[in-house]
Amino acid sequence: MAKRIEINDLDIYYGKFQAVRGVSMTIEPRAVTAFIGSSGCGKSTVLRSLNRMHEVIPGAYVDGEVLLDGVNLYGPNVDPVRVRRQIGMVFQRPNPFPTMSIKENVLAGVRLNNARMSKSDMDDLAEKSLRGANLWEEVKDRLDRPGSGLSGGQQQRLCIARAIAVSPDVILMDEPCSALDPISTLAIEDLIKQLKEEYTVVIVTHNMQQAARVSDTTAFFNLKAQGQPGELIEVGPTEKIFHNPDQKATEDYITGRFG
Amino acid sequence: MSTETPPADLQREGSDSTTEKVLARDKKRYGDALFNGISVSSALMIFVILAAVATFLTSQAIPAVTREPDHTGLQGVEAAGGFWQWVLPLAFGTVWSAVLAMAMAVPISIGIALYLSHYAPRRVARTFGYIIDLLAAIPSVVFGLWGVMVLAPALDPFYRWLNDNLSWIYFFNAWVPYGDGGDLRPNLAAGGQNMLTAALVLALMVVPIITALAREVFLQTPRLHEEASLALGATRWEMIRQTVLPFGTPGVISASMLGLGRALGETMAVAMILPGKVLISFKLITFDNPNTIAAYIAQNFPEAEGMGNHQLIAAGLVLFIITLAVNMVARAIINSRREFSGAN
Repeated sequence: MAKRIEINDLDIYYGKFQAVRGVSMTIEPRAVTAFIGSSGCGKSTVLRSLNRMHEVIPGAYVDGEVLLDGVNLYGPNVDPVRVRRQIGMVFQRPNPFPTMSIKENVLAGVRLNNARMSKSDMDDLAEKSLRGANLWEEVKDRLDRPGSGLSGGQQQRLCIARAIAVSPDVILMDEPCSALDPISTLAIEDLIKQLKEEYTVVIVTHNMQQAARVSDTTAFFNLKAQGQPGELIEVGPTEKIFHNPDQKATEDYITGRFG
Repeated sequence: MSTETPPADLQREGSDSTTEKVLARDKKRYGDALFNGISVSSALMIFVILAAVATFLTSQAIPAVTREPDHTGLQGVEAAGGFWQWVLPLAFGTVWSAVLAMAMAVPISIGIALYLSHYAPRRVARTFGYIIDLLAAIPSVVFGLWGVMVLAPALDPFYRWLNDNLSWIYFFNAWVPYGDGGDLRPNLAAGGQNMLTAALVLALMVVPIITALAREVFLQTPRLHEEASLALGATRWEMIRQTVLPFGTPGVISASMLGLGRALGETMAVAMILPGKVLISFKLITFDNPNTIAAYIAQNFPEAEGMGNHQLIAAGLVLFIITLAVNMVARAIINSRREFSGAN
């Protein structure tokens, strides 16, 4: 299920504004890849371009290729809706659907795919997904309660359950812990380590310790100067990026010396 | 060596009194008191007005129900054979015309609102929004004139066609027995002035109200939820069904109730279009149409005197109660889904 993503010379534009320039890298399956870099450096934009979510903003387009197991996601015959069904996403702030119960939230994606499922299959899938998100034990007695009644950390795990319920190839996470307390953050990080056994995981984070803790590969993004498009400075094994980076900019960022 | 520092106890006293001054309550905050007074009295005013209206209606209505009709009563009441036999068909006509109008207006309004909030390019949406607001600004008497002089005659051929071809649908059946031989003749409203035309005009009048409010509600759907849906692989329509519509439902209900309130109370347009009678009929295109309370009052108030006035006011009280009940039901519906509204 987990698939490899290859990014070839990717430029991303919002209208006339170029947000990202010349990104090329490979994201390995069954591994966690972390995107780090200062705010506005384009790492979230690159992440969102991997499932074409950046197209939600009018005027957004890309130049270059993103290959999912060799298939260009920006090919002429590719439907962005289908792309998003294969590449799930977890957002910065937990966003369960407020009008749905916990169980309905988990099954929201499956319902969209128009799969005719028996009730018992639905129940099984909900349980499996919630277990996969380490949430089952906490919510099994209140599956019909609103998802918005859970704590922030539980809501975020509910969103992860919702994302994995559709069996995606890749899971993208856009600063998934930035709105959470340290205990909930730990729970999500443990979960990320489990998820990589089955999925390709890409995570954007501002927290460098988090990148060091959970990721196998780290990509550092930066701006040449204010107003310039973001660029990929360096990508490599997390160990190497954090201890022996090739680029001075990476080292400055890692050690807390900016500029 | 000897600096001029005061003794320690004095120093503390000094600093204490400064703090005391800083923290001291202001003598009077006139601004606060004034604003408090204004907002409290405004809130109370609503109760006072409501109570005054209710008292007036009730006290003036009681004679119509309790006292024996006298020669000053309305002919309509006498013809119907009593107050309740008279007011019930009028209440029916009021609710029936409003329900018909809402059945047409709500789906159209939701459609327009969704187009404006989620489909149309921004520039188109803005222009369109102005046009909708303009529609809301047309006086009801103008709607009435237009209904009588333009819409009703224009629809007349269509009504004939309906009666000829779709009369097997109960609502579109305007055939009545004629003579003794079991013959039928069409009993169509003259010039298209029937219940359906009145309901259509009412619908046109409430569409801008519902559309404007529904659009605002739809626009407030959290982007976070829309993105959550899109990221699961929802098409735009699926995203709207999954996030925008559930989020907007309470708002759409509120908007519809406002529209329904207008449709129930609308006077001039109905009074001009519909030559209504005191009867109960679900048929839409016949000559015999039920009247509404508001239109009946407007048509009969100029000539009414004595008991007639009491009877009209009693009908007004019935309209007041219907509208109140509608609003309370709407509120109950909205409250019953509160837990899932995302407000927690």
